[in-house]
Amino acid sequence: MVSSWARLDVSPFRLSGTVYGALLNHNSALEALGSAVNAPPYGAPPRAPILYIKPRNTLVGPGHAVEVPTGCDALEIGACLGVVIGRTASRLTPGTALDHVAGYLIVDDISLPHASYYRPSLRFKARDGFCPMGAFVPRAVVADPDCLTIDTFVDDVRVASASTAGAVRKVAQLLADVTDFMTLAPGDVLATGVAAPAPRARAGQAVRIEISLLGSLRHTLVEEGA
Amino acid sequence: MMQARVAFGGAIHAAVPHGEHALRLADGRVVAQDAVTWLAPFEVGTIIALGLNYADHAKELSFGAQEEPLAFLKGPGSIVGHRSQTRRPNGVKYMHYECELAVVIGRSAHRVTRATAMGHVAGYCIANDYAIRDYLENYYRPNLRVKNRDGGTVLGPWLVDAADVPDVRDLGLRTYVNGELRQQGNTRDLIFDIPSLIEYLSGFMTLDTGDVILTGTPEGVSNVDAGDEVACEIDGLGRLVNTLVSDTVFDR
Repeated sequence: MVSSWARLDVSPFRLSGTVYGALLNHNSALEALGSAVNAPPYGAPPRAPILYIKPRNTLVGPGHAVEVPTGCDALEIGACLGVVIGRTASRLTPGTALDHVAGYLIVDDISLPHASYYRPSLRFKARDGFCPMGAFVPRAVVADPDCLTIDTFVDDVRVASASTAGAVRKVAQLLADVTDFMTLAPGDVLATGVAAPAPRARAGQAVRIEISLLGSLRHTLVEEGA
Repeated sequence: MMQARVAFGGAIHAAVPHGEHALRLADGRVVAQDAVTWLAPFEVGTIIALGLNYADHAKELSFGAQEEPLAFLKGPGSIVGHRSQTRRPNGVKYMHYECELAVVIGRSAHRVTRATAMGHVAGYCIANDYAIRDYLENYYRPNLRVKNRDGGTVLGPWLVDAADVPDVRDLGLRTYVNGELRQQGNTRDLIFDIPSLIEYLSGFMTLDTGDVILTGTPEGVSNVDAGDEVACEIDGLGRLVNTLVSDTVFDR
């Protein structure tokens, strides 16, 4: 059963909470950085979860035409599993963390391509429309969120395939580590991390992300001002 | 007009100052300021914070010239009001306050120019944006574990209408720790001023009513400990007080 977003929110599409994303939480993303994690400016591999926020101006529903800013050749498509919080989540333990989850959805955490993770500009991830999200799927549908396949298609050609099994912190552990210092509220979404290399897509192309048990999220890219 | 949002008698109220030590609730009741629970003075939307936006503070942290504002985002769970408590984890070496002018958006702003930017401002309040340097990592700085902790962003006490702040480009900021003056600055030293920030941000992200821009902190940050009372003042905006408490209070 896949229920509609309308149960959590009303049009115009807006989440009831805040969308947080975990950076470098997929082994492939960490491996892509390689030994750079020990060199300046990073100096050491990440210790705690590295998080960022997709603000409300980025949130759009399925089918949205996401604008590619003028002067930007392509956008990075960040297919990931989003965990929707159902109950106030503070200081969770991995053993019971999933009890606080209402369900899951597909998140496309879109970025302007950027090479450095040190102090990226807000422009790269917080642009209007840069966080399309799919339909909400109740937790009961997903027995194990840590073995889902994530496929990305651009114009119906599969350009990336990953699995949540490759997460550095699996969903329950990530929730425990995050809620140790910040409480997550019902309606908040935690995007659990993009695998590397993230594919790119250009204006005029159609993006489709499929995650097992969650269905698919489709949206398009258009030129700015189109 | 200065307006607070407080919890009193089982409900949340809008309130205005009534003398130095009292508040008048919207329903007419006059109550002592220490008889209410102070909340953030408005419903907070997206929280945008600026790093290193005062020349002196940037220098204090050995930071060079910037091409664009160093902005980052914070979540609503970090917000607490005036006279609140903030947890200082046991064992951390360097937790510091940051007194900042908070600019509250009153009207949606999409690609506005400097010239019209101020027309989108509802008003101002004081922010104390705590940071714990021990947790700083060099990925997506400043990472949320440093800057987005529960109770780590104090907002208030009042939302002061923009019309009642004659010159926002010349406001003194001061932070007192247990009564001792530790931090001092003036909004005239902002590297990116308010119209520039609104122009910059609204150029890629639509700002909406309730969104708030924390404009950065001047030099003079220093470590604070559990038990310390931290008071941030900004000319014309009041005095925002917060107390640091140890893990024990949070049953840790």
